Amino acid sequence: MLPVLDEEIARHRIARRVAMEFQDGDVVNLGIGIPTLVSDYIPGDIRVIFQTENGVVGAGPKPDKEDLRFIGAGGRCLKPILGGALVASDMSFGLIRGGHLDATVLGALEVDQEGNIANWWIPGKMVPGMGGAMDLVTGAKHVIVATTHCTKKGDPKILPRCTLPLTGVGVVSLVVTEYCVLRMVSGELVLEEIAPGVDLEDFKKVTPADYRVSRDLCNMKGCDQE
Amino acid sequence: MPTSVIKPVMSAEEAVKRITAGSSIMVGGFNYGGIPYTLVEALVVSGTKDLWLISNDTAYDDVGHGRLVVNGQIRKVTASHVGLNKSTQRLFNEKKMELELVPQGTFVERIRAGGFGLGGVLTPTGVGTVHEEGKQVIEVEGKRYILELPLRADVALIRAYRADRYGNLVYFGTNRNFNPAMATAADLVIAEVDAILEIGQINPNDVVTPGILVDILVLKGDSYYASRT
Repeated sequence: MLPVLDEEIARHRIARRVAMEFQDGDVVNLGIGIPTLVSDYIPGDIRVIFQTENGVVGAGPKPDKEDLRFIGAGGRCLKPILGGALVASDMSFGLIRGGHLDATVLGALEVDQEGNIANWWIPGKMVPGMGGAMDLVTGAKHVIVATTHCTKKGDPKILPRCTLPLTGVGVVSLVVTEYCVLRMVSGELVLEEIAPGVDLEDFKKVTPADYRVSRDLCNMKGCDQE
Repeated sequence: MPTSVIKPVMSAEEAVKRITAGSSIMVGGFNYGGIPYTLVEALVVSGTKDLWLISNDTAYDDVGHGRLVVNGQIRKVTASHVGLNKSTQRLFNEKKMELELVPQGTFVERIRAGGFGLGGVLTPTGVGTVHEEGKQVIEVEGKRYILELPLRADVALIRAYRADRYGNLVYFGTNRNFNPAMATAADLVIAEVDAILEIGQINPNDVVTPGILVDILVLKGDSYYASRT
């Protein structure tokens, strides 16, 4: 049996680990949900520029006094950082598609061993639209998937092949869940880190995708800070 | 209407009379930011129907142009995200409204193509997904791109911060979003602004949308979102 984690602990574990991926000066777009939490865990010795689809380069935290003229893509108020920039949508997506983003962090319904991601539509349910997700996974240098390992129903999300309509093909570079870090290396998923208390055989049962266990497999970084 | 260097200033009610049944309209905004609320509210009151709404999203059921959807005034929506408006979902499921979903970066580039005289754009976004279906894929130097066609509208309703009497526009905060692109891609452009200044009060260095693109100016009203955004 895999350790059962409190949902909040799981979400923050994922966010804390993702935040370790960045380098000083990286430009990063954070999606809604777990990815939003990542900004709370940026190490103090580096500066990361957060970009939002609706036109902020250098998004800062929620201001003390609400001003609806400055919002993020999810509609929450924010303050642009000093030295930030406000741009229109064509520039915003030019930055995204044009390779000017070091990373995008998004949630996923499914990812697979080919680096495909599905995160915008479950046929038969409502059709929300892809928003900026297809552009983000196409243009960002690193596509980091931050997701719980399984769905709320307990179904695996990391599959041999996505079954849902894709957002992007062969674009994923890293998958971080509450149980592991899986990195795409030369077209193959490599298990680099595993959370404490997770048995590899149990892990395999909830991870139907093909993956290679790294010779340098180690404990998932950041778990010791919980 | 005759074009004039000095742009006519009129009420929202008067301005939206230019929108007739069957018109295509672009409406600026992203989530609740940068929506021309006062113009949209006047269009709701007018009840003009059978419209093709081209907007990034359909806001919320009770906010902005989401109300045009709820009010049954929309025949077709072209947008990138409609998940926050339950009525858009419902009317689409009941086959009472057409829905064309476009990736957001593609959406703005199609508008830009429409306004900048381009025959379309080639984008890698959506290659290998359902979005590619039915579209022409062109290979350039070994890489596959989707050919995306221009979007234009009869009327654009946009939101800016300040205008001068020539219609030059500046924007504020995250209200800018799709508004400058839409100002280029419609036969008639109606801009809702916080203030209309005399010539010379906006520095040419600061102008984002040149006044030659703008046909009518409307001052924003005092509804909840109009006054706060």
